[in-house]
Amino acid sequence: MTAVELSQVRLVLGGRTVLDAVDLDIAEGTFTGVLGPNGAGKTTLFRAILGLVPPAAGRIAVLGRPVTRGNAAVGYMPQHRAAAGGRLSGHDFVASAVHGHRWGLPFAGAAARREVARVLALVGASELARRPLADLSGGERQRLLLAQALLGRPRLLLLDEPLISLDPRHQRGVVELVRELQRELGLTVLFSAHELNPLLGALDRVLYLGGGHAALGTVAEVITGPVLSRLYGAHIDVVRLEGRIFVMSGDHEVERDDHRYHHHHA
Amino acid sequence: MLDYDFMRAAFAAGGIVALVSGAVGYFLVLRGQSFAGHALSHVGFTGATGAVLIGAPPLWGLVVVTLAGGVGMGLLGARLAERDVAIGMVLSAALGLGLLFLHFFTAYATQATALLFGNVLGVDAPTLWTLLALGIASLAALAAIARPLLFASLQPELAEAKGVSLRLVGVLFLAVVALAVAECAQIVGVLLVFTLMVGPAATAQRLTTRLAPGVALAMILALGQAWAGIALAYWTDWPTSFWITALSGGLYLAASLRGRAR
Repeated sequence: MTAVELSQVRLVLGGRTVLDAVDLDIAEGTFTGVLGPNGAGKTTLFRAILGLVPPAAGRIAVLGRPVTRGNAAVGYMPQHRAAAGGRLSGHDFVASAVHGHRWGLPFAGAAARREVARVLALVGASELARRPLADLSGGERQRLLLAQALLGRPRLLLLDEPLISLDPRHQRGVVELVRELQRELGLTVLFSAHELNPLLGALDRVLYLGGGHAALGTVAEVITGPVLSRLYGAHIDVVRLEGRIFVMSGDHEVERDDHRYHHHHA
Repeated sequence: MLDYDFMRAAFAAGGIVALVSGAVGYFLVLRGQSFAGHALSHVGFTGATGAVLIGAPPLWGLVVVTLAGGVGMGLLGARLAERDVAIGMVLSAALGLGLLFLHFFTAYATQATALLFGNVLGVDAPTLWTLLALGIASLAALAAIARPLLFASLQPELAEAKGVSLRLVGVLFLAVVALAVAECAQIVGVLLVFTLMVGPAATAQRLTTRLAPGVALAMILALGQAWAGIALAYWTDWPTSFWITALSGGLYLAASLRGRAR
């Protein structure tokens, strides 16, 4: 079955066409890395799948149904930024998302507390959730955000740049954790990232965005000179070295140079 | 001291306002919107002086204008980045008007002082009932929006994706803040609204990382400060607002030092 299906979709953000005439078919139960230069539309694509950005043209279907906002089957982990409520415990931060769209008092009942305990255990954060958010490291905070995305047992997970500002060791930890959960729970995962290499062992498919286009396939199919040259609109060489892949334009490495200085938006 | 009617009224009014300020202030501090609360109180000054000019009760001027200011602010600046500018614009426009009203208002210097620094000992029975009704209304409204408000404050993008209207929640919350500010100004004056709304909430957030105990603690601290302030004012004959600000500042300082020491 198809988890996400785009037919001839055009996405426009602030008057700029981000993706145009894109056809996509993301199979259920796969782990897809979403890559591409800044501004290629990774976040916009996620927001479209969440029903927050209506397509200017074309159709989007999520798990066989037309896209709707507030779909409980879709879990979402937004890009992390310095959020409010740093003095609150991680537990209460995660719990705030349980039925958070309903009116009324925010105090969790027994069922909600069990659900929070379940997702915290899934990501191995039951202990660290007692500490205030502000005292957690980047990697620990990402685990809580991941737990929050798992609330309500979604079948599709959209993870927006979970590796941002993490050191390589923590990056590996997050990727492995997501991969384990994806297999264990039979989830479909879309995982956006700046760089391909941290995801290499884990992903089934790559979705590469650029120049308004999208290319979906295995690493061997997508990460090639001709495909990436079309997406970047410039000559791209792909260099494979000791199990790592470098995407080069002339003599600079595009993924790395694109993202070194600005760490937000996409 | 409870033999006097005005003292009983002061304790009742201070208690009502403190409970509202503590609860609303908790979310205000959590959202990083303390500046909005501060600005609304200045806007309220315009409303109160304007009301006196046309012969209406100042409390009603406060309520009407802070409410309009809160909703206006919420509509202007739904996104975090715009908020500072939106608040600054509303604040300066309102203060300009307040200056004009003050210009016509110089004969009533004591009333101006009461608006600026509060006059809890001058609360009469009708004002007390108004405060009670407003207090119940703002706590009820806060209870109704608390869950989406918390979600939208902590995880705006996720909340939006799950169907929360950030703009609606933001506007409703600022309307509640406006009511609380109007109430609070009655006790400690428009210049010192921070002391009951922001002080206890910030202290509570230093002392506990849990949500429900945090809200309860903010309410208890605000109540303690208000009542202790009134009692100390009775014994010392110093202004009530001075005592409340001293307690509020002192407790926050102590909580910060305790946090630092650990």
